[in-house]
Amino acid sequence: MGITEITPDVSPAQAHPDAPAIRFEHVSIGFDAKPVLEDISFDLPRGDTRILLGPAGVGKSVLLKLANGLIKPDSGRIFVFGFEVSAMREQDLYPLRDSIGTVFQEGALFDSLTVRDNVGFRLTEESVPDDEIDRRVTEALRFVELEHTLDKFPAELSGGMRRRVAIARAVVSRPELVLYDSPTGGLDPVTSATIIGLVMKQRDVYKTSSIVVTHRLQDAFMLASHHFNQETNQMEPLPPNQSDPKTGFLVLHQGKLVFDGSTPDLVRSDDPFLKEYLS
Amino acid sequence: MPLTTLDASAKKGVSAVQRYALLSARGVGNFFRRPFYGADLITQMDKIGVGSLPIVILTGFFTGGVLALNTASSLAQFGATAVTGQLVSLAMVKELGPVLTSLMVSGRNASGMASELGSMMVTEQIDAMRALGTDPLKKLVMPRIVATVVMLFFLTIVSDALGTLGGAWVAVVLLGQNAGQYFHSAYQTLQSADVIQGLVKPIFFGFIIATIGCYYGMNTRGGTQGVGKSTTQAVVVSSVLIIFVDFVISRFMIGIFGR
Repeated sequence: MGITEITPDVSPAQAHPDAPAIRFEHVSIGFDAKPVLEDISFDLPRGDTRILLGPAGVGKSVLLKLANGLIKPDSGRIFVFGFEVSAMREQDLYPLRDSIGTVFQEGALFDSLTVRDNVGFRLTEESVPDDEIDRRVTEALRFVELEHTLDKFPAELSGGMRRRVAIARAVVSRPELVLYDSPTGGLDPVTSATIIGLVMKQRDVYKTSSIVVTHRLQDAFMLASHHFNQETNQMEPLPPNQSDPKTGFLVLHQGKLVFDGSTPDLVRSDDPFLKEYLS
Repeated sequence: MPLTTLDASAKKGVSAVQRYALLSARGVGNFFRRPFYGADLITQMDKIGVGSLPIVILTGFFTGGVLALNTASSLAQFGATAVTGQLVSLAMVKELGPVLTSLMVSGRNASGMASELGSMMVTEQIDAMRALGTDPLKKLVMPRIVATVVMLFFLTIVSDALGTLGGAWVAVVLLGQNAGQYFHSAYQTLQSADVIQGLVKPIFFGFIIATIGCYYGMNTRGGTQGVGKSTTQAVVVSSVLIIFVDFVISRFMIGIFGR
């Protein structure tokens, strides 16, 4: 049986420093008697990023929801920072989620709250003083270059801006793990590049562990082949034939994890599905 | 095949009752756990209580009025119009005040809760709230249950009073009865058992409205169409349950108080 109790005086992410950020052990889940994910096992070491690829409807979002305990697997075990989320009660998961940032597919911003209240939601819940909330919200919005939208409502923002606010909300409490669910889905290429830049900045500047779900290969390979230069505040390509060593790929196909490895391994793979998927 | 369908339907029904019971128990249990969402509670009290006041006043007043109108014409056949006030106040306090107020509040607020929470559900806002470390049952459900129970209690008192006044307006202004006689008979007939019965009902009805509204909202699936379905179901189920529970409470109270 894994550890399921969180000590209040130690950050959950620091309680078991040797444990990987995420560990899936033979996880399976289905809905309405139809299997969605079958026997999924992988590790996400701390500080690493995994890009989760796969055709639409293969269960990528389900895997992310499993990782932060929003849904429970039918079988198998899931660990986050050493805590067995698949065996924890909902109320015990809330303190653990303080160390996890989640960016939902459509942003999932609270439509009746302003951008300031959306981004500062977690801080308000933690009874952080208003001045401190304003400072940290402004800092998070500056990270996504949207500090001028503080008093706007989500409906007044464009799709790309809403995703950027969702990223700001996910990172405002400086989580050690960020889960991005299709952060560029449905966006134009220019806006997508901006979002990928933010994901990269979070990875390279703050060294957070992350899983990035996407079905846009160009975004995935940009993330693997570029790094963020903090001095120029821009993405820069890595030298030819080099990829970010901390960034790897997970590929799902028909509910199974068919690839877990580095960028060069993925590109050189002889698997017929992967070849067709990447072509 | 039919047996399999029956089996699946039974399982679905039992599972729905289980989920409803869990949501209700956790919603109420959260009242005693920290953090306490006082600001959300006040907001809901304002929305449910103050927001429902105009419809409750109008419903109560005209129900009392129509009661007086109908009973007076029937009583006139026996020369007993003097007890119009008695009939109006008894009917309002024991039965019509609590039930009609609850049905009006159900139509306005069970639907509101189901559609608001349902929209949040289908746009992943509820999941986002959980992912941000906040229990939606504590922040969204608990304030709605407490606010509805508390405010429905007071709204029922308002409705009872306005119903009696509406009856008085009809009896005195339209039918020419004596105002003193009307109020005297209305007051004299009421016993503590009647008042207790009339004030216990809204506590149960308020709980039904809020928990049913929240249950359908929190279990919404299927986009905007699902939100519409949840809203309709919340109003229908809460209204039917109110009338059924009204019967059960009345039978129970009559058993205890003998009237």
